[in-house]
Amino acid sequence: MATDKYYVPESSPWPLVASVGLFMTAFGGAHFIQQATDPDTFSGSWGQPLFFFGLAWLWLTIALWWRDTIKESRGGLHSHQLGISYRQGMLWFIFSEVMFFGAFFGALFYTRWLIVPWLGGAGSNAMTHELLWPDFQAMWPLVKTPGGTTTQAMGAWGLPAINTAILLTSSITLTIAHHALLAGKRGKLIGFQAITVLLGAIFLGLQVEEYIHAYTEMGLTLDAGIYGSLFFMLTGFHGVHVTIGTIFLAVTLIRVIKGHFDAENNFAWEAGAWYWHFVDVVWLFLFVVVYWL
Amino acid sequence: MSTVAAAHDDHDHHHAPTGLKRWLFSTNHKDIGTLYLWFSFAMFLAGGFMAMIIRAELIEPGMQFVDPEFFNQMTTVHGLTMVFGAVMPGFVGLANWMIPLMIGAPDMALPRMNNWSFWILPFAFAILLSSVLLSAFGHGNPSAPNFGWTFYAPLSTKYGPASTDLFILSVHMMGISSIMGAINVIVTVFNLRAPGMTLMKMPLFVWTWLITAFLLIAVMPVLAGAVTMMLTDRHFGTSFFDAAGGGDPVLFQHVFWFFGHPEVYIMILPAFGIVSAIIPTFARKQLFGYASMVYATASIALLSFVVWAHHMFTVGMPLAGTLFFMYMTMLISVPTGVKVFNWVATMWRGSMTFELPMKWAITFVILFTCGGLSGLMLAITPVDFQYHDTYFVVAHFHYVLVSGAVFTMFAAAYYWLPKWSGVMPSKVLGELHFWNSLISVNLLFFPMHFVGLAGMPRRYADYALQFADYNFWISIGGFWFGLSQLFFLAVCLQCALKKGEKAEAKPWDGAEGLEWEVPSPAPFHTFDTPPVVK
Repeated sequence: MATDKYYVPESSPWPLVASVGLFMTAFGGAHFIQQATDPDTFSGSWGQPLFFFGLAWLWLTIALWWRDTIKESRGGLHSHQLGISYRQGMLWFIFSEVMFFGAFFGALFYTRWLIVPWLGGAGSNAMTHELLWPDFQAMWPLVKTPGGTTTQAMGAWGLPAINTAILLTSSITLTIAHHALLAGKRGKLIGFQAITVLLGAIFLGLQVEEYIHAYTEMGLTLDAGIYGSLFFMLTGFHGVHVTIGTIFLAVTLIRVIKGHFDAENNFAWEAGAWYWHFVDVVWLFLFVVVYWL
Repeated sequence: MSTVAAAHDDHDHHHAPTGLKRWLFSTNHKDIGTLYLWFSFAMFLAGGFMAMIIRAELIEPGMQFVDPEFFNQMTTVHGLTMVFGAVMPGFVGLANWMIPLMIGAPDMALPRMNNWSFWILPFAFAILLSSVLLSAFGHGNPSAPNFGWTFYAPLSTKYGPASTDLFILSVHMMGISSIMGAINVIVTVFNLRAPGMTLMKMPLFVWTWLITAFLLIAVMPVLAGAVTMMLTDRHFGTSFFDAAGGGDPVLFQHVFWFFGHPEVYIMILPAFGIVSAIIPTFARKQLFGYASMVYATASIALLSFVVWAHHMFTVGMPLAGTLFFMYMTMLISVPTGVKVFNWVATMWRGSMTFELPMKWAITFVILFTCGGLSGLMLAITPVDFQYHDTYFVVAHFHYVLVSGAVFTMFAAAYYWLPKWSGVMPSKVLGELHFWNSLISVNLLFFPMHFVGLAGMPRRYADYALQFADYNFWISIGGFWFGLSQLFFLAVCLQCALKKGEKAEAKPWDGAEGLEWEVPSPAPFHTFDTPPVVK
């Protein structure tokens, strides 16, 4: 081992170019949000095009960056050690995602167990209740806010339960595909991975359906108090992650068809699979604490 | 410690890039480390300039130079710039330079991502600092962020200026940069150690950075969550921090400090590692209690997740919560005490000499301990009721951050500049830098304890007459400290231009570790083949 040479990749323009894209996305995004939500204060409408231009720039740059990486990998430049670095890096990235969701789950528990009871006068907060909103009733889901906004809670056993079944099934099909990859059974791999991508897309379709139902028929909106805020931010960020995961799996499916992966050389494929399982676990947690209990 | 058996393979296998591309497109940990360090120093000077404005305003009671609105922007952006622009990138720069050299790795594990981590930062700070420039010089003087570096809701939500949204997005960018940088550090340490470099043989700087990186990955996403909630509260009608909708402004403080307290250790653990490298070198003794240092660092990191609400004692929380956070906070002084004891025990009966890095390191041990003790005072809940949001707190965290974190970065610079540049840093300028900084930093921050205990609140543009004398001298200390840093700028420029006495591969005779086995300056590529550590 000691005589093995390390691999250090050649210099690359993409990190800098991607930073420019991120800059345009962030700078444009801040102005886009201001100009779209408060046009009286913020004149102009250049934020939106800059945001989307930056986002497209960013995605294109990342695509070109990873194309280089794939070329180098296909050219046999990557060492076994680099594969381990990639895998560890992906796992830590997923951990960072877990902590991001943790902030919102933490907000949910704090709201549910502390804020709402306190606003209702629990603990030593009788005067808070008395002086601020004496008519407020502590409850969860909070369908009537202290300020008086009313909404409805999303039940667990309609679409959400179906979506849970879909995501769980997709995890199983992906695992079958994984075993097929390791066993070198291409047909089975392609078939089951395609089913997984399809299930991801169906999940997203149903979630759109659920959001439309919430907005048009239930009065459950992002601005309907803390229940709506938590509901849409948690399920929404989860949905964004399902979208990314579906795209991820679709890309690795194309690469499977191109013959990029085998039982040994399959980092990108496994990274996508790990990401999918992570998204699945977040959903299970979400289903239990947001929809069900 | 360890010795190197294999010969180094220093020739460039793909030739070193030149010109602008070398810096813009780099995949080299040394160049990226240098970029980080210069960026950090630039931000240190920018943040320091804002501190000068604060001290100029406070040199006497009454309003003299800026209006209170601009004063608020200065305290806010000074803090943000120093935390996210100076201290964090500074330590990442040191990690970039030193970790691969210390563990016998050819580079960081993911070199392109490393470069991305760096290049995000100038853009993020362009967004943040542009709002300050617009506030100072722009048409109509639109306000920069003005709610304090902790950006509490509702000051930053309902009452935040328009630039708050730009601030939020720039924090997102800094978070992305930090997370990628931290992933790189962890993977490098876990996967790229030279054969024989077992975990418990790693230099403590590597250990402390490994644990710091874990903290970064754990809490930067929580900060991203906090600013995202701010953004949606500001523009999309969510009620996270609005009690009328069933939320709570205090929720912001919980989420923020869940990030913010580990963040404090993110800014000091690498400093512990640096001091643990320097003191043994100049005491010419092994570090006392290596294993206990590792365990103490890990304990501090774990405890840092369960102390956050000690920043919020006066906000109000159930008694059980108050007691829990008070005792957990005090518990941190145990592993910290272990560290201070070990540094002192390392020096005990050592053959000590007092070269520049050692001067800074010993200063760190003493002044950081002062800051730690005032922290212990602040941890006592009923006492904190008296001290909260006074200059006592300002004194406390500047002792641990300036004479703590920043001083160790100076120590690290004087210690490793010979390795980075190939020339010894100027002794004359270095001594001037050290003595001026040492005296002025105490003139600057020590009296803050007194005015704080006497009740002077922080973050105000004006103060009661009885604080006038102390504040005059605090301001003098501030300008003196700020100007003293120009000596350091001169030291760095001289080294960058290779002016000075040529450095040997191992310029400090008591130094140990792989970084001293390669020539000075360290060649563009080191450890192309892994050295064997016995």
